[in-house]
Amino acid sequence: MSKILVIGEIADGKLNSGVAKVVAAAKQIGGEVVVALFGADVAGPADEAAKLDGVSKVLKVERAENKDILAATYAPQIVELAAGYSHVLFPGTAFGKDTAPRVSAKLGVQQISDVMVAHSATSFDRPTYAGNAIVTVEAPAAPAIVATVRLASFTAVAATGSAAVEAASTSAALPTHTRFVKLEAQKSERPDLQAANKVVSGGRALGSSDNFKVIYDFADKIGAAVGASRAAVDSGYVPNDLQVGQTGKIIAPELYFAIGISGAIQHLAGIKDARTIVAINKDAEAPIFEVADFGLVGDLFQVVPELQSKV
Amino acid sequence: MKALVSVKRVVDYNVRVQVKSDGSGVVTDGVKHSMNPFDEIAMEEAVRLREKGKITEIVAVTIGGAKNEETLRSALAFGADRAIHIKEEGEVQPLSAARAFAAVLKKEGADVFLAGKQAIDDDANQTGQMVAALLDIAQATFASKVELEAGKAVVTREVDAGLETLEVDLPAVITTDLRLNEPRYLKLPDIMKAKKKPIETVSFADLGVEKAAALKATKTAAPPKRSKGIVVKSVDELVSALKGKGLL
Repeated sequence: MSKILVIGEIADGKLNSGVAKVVAAAKQIGGEVVVALFGADVAGPADEAAKLDGVSKVLKVERAENKDILAATYAPQIVELAAGYSHVLFPGTAFGKDTAPRVSAKLGVQQISDVMVAHSATSFDRPTYAGNAIVTVEAPAAPAIVATVRLASFTAVAATGSAAVEAASTSAALPTHTRFVKLEAQKSERPDLQAANKVVSGGRALGSSDNFKVIYDFADKIGAAVGASRAAVDSGYVPNDLQVGQTGKIIAPELYFAIGISGAIQHLAGIKDARTIVAINKDAEAPIFEVADFGLVGDLFQVVPELQSKV
Repeated sequence: MKALVSVKRVVDYNVRVQVKSDGSGVVTDGVKHSMNPFDEIAMEEAVRLREKGKITEIVAVTIGGAKNEETLRSALAFGADRAIHIKEEGEVQPLSAARAFAAVLKKEGADVFLAGKQAIDDDANQTGQMVAALLDIAQATFASKVELEAGKAVVTREVDAGLETLEVDLPAVITTDLRLNEPRYLKLPDIMKAKKKPIETVSFADLGVEKAAALKATKTAAPPKRSKGIVVKSVDELVSALKGKGLL
């Protein structure tokens, strides 16, 4: 039977909501699911993880050196912890993508990136070529399978469980070659882009950072998160953590508004799993209309305020 | 300081790839290939660091068949001083690539290994991290700003919450994100000059590296097609359609 170690992620002192989706992927593989959390004090997030349905145990790995989230210090501890597990799963976030390959290389196995479906304990679907080709891979079972989970492909498990929380210690020697300096977080009162049910994204057609207010106002009216195309980020209209696409965030909201976004391959890779896509663009030939469930051809500066007044 | 920069030949990012009807992969024959866009950013950064006097030698490295020489010539036109071609026909997965790059990095005694954060064909986002792991050196992934100082690098990284800054001791692996820089256009005189620069050819065996067990692709499929949507005529029609589906 599979024994699955899920590497938890903590952001702002809370359990990252993506962890509940990694647990869903672990349940699809089937077997015992253990969540490990790293930090200086992880009591709060550990209690949150213990409630996730399907989790049998939560391991708290508390060490002063774990205060800063660094792949270089976490990886040797994860490698030590992984002994006896058949799978080590990470969320497909910046943290997971940074850390998982470091663990995988130490274990001497190829890593599977962005698992979308687990067909069995060793067979998985993953996207390649910006999501334009889905490859089914068969991974050698030994010594372990290391993978990141594409969060947009899984629905979070319910918080109805009550797993035991245990302290775990690691003796791995930790490197000192990597030091955390600072984090400039983008503070936002809006819903988190990767967890939001509704997302409103703007593109190059907004024309300026000031004009992006149209997007923010509409998003606030319907309680949506704000996203952006690469063109809008590169033009400096919005910070880069709002970027949706192959090289930004991959999202799967119930409702996605693409406003003034042409729909380049790179952007579509980030929104293919949105339940309903609405496109507003003045160019009727824009590729975004090929994937939109509802399209409206028109000037966004007229259409969006009107839309806002009518919802 | 010496920089080793890895570059990969991939299907050009503007190409709409076609999945083969027998599910064995995607069509790559006769399709335009070019240097992975993130690797262009890595090359550009190496050249800019040399222009600032931080780096004195740039060595480009690639893994692949004969056609990869084109990619190395592009790297040389960017400004690499010389190139190393690890010749290997067929697919090389990230851990195997990382073993070969780690061997070259060690042999060259380079201070910094620059790589793209991911290749746009396999979208793996693993190789740089694996090189760092194999050599037990620091990594700074998804870099949007790099400052080299004596013996260390200060790197700003694009993370989910915003921008994070790390200080890492050299040698270190740095992988590039999109906003690190805007790669220059290659000029004809530089392309001509690149033809004369040396390319050394080595094999996995020469490097004493064994390939790791591969993930076996059993099927490649096109993603499920979205059903054709409708174009509405007015905001009112859009609002009622969305309300009808319970979305607003």
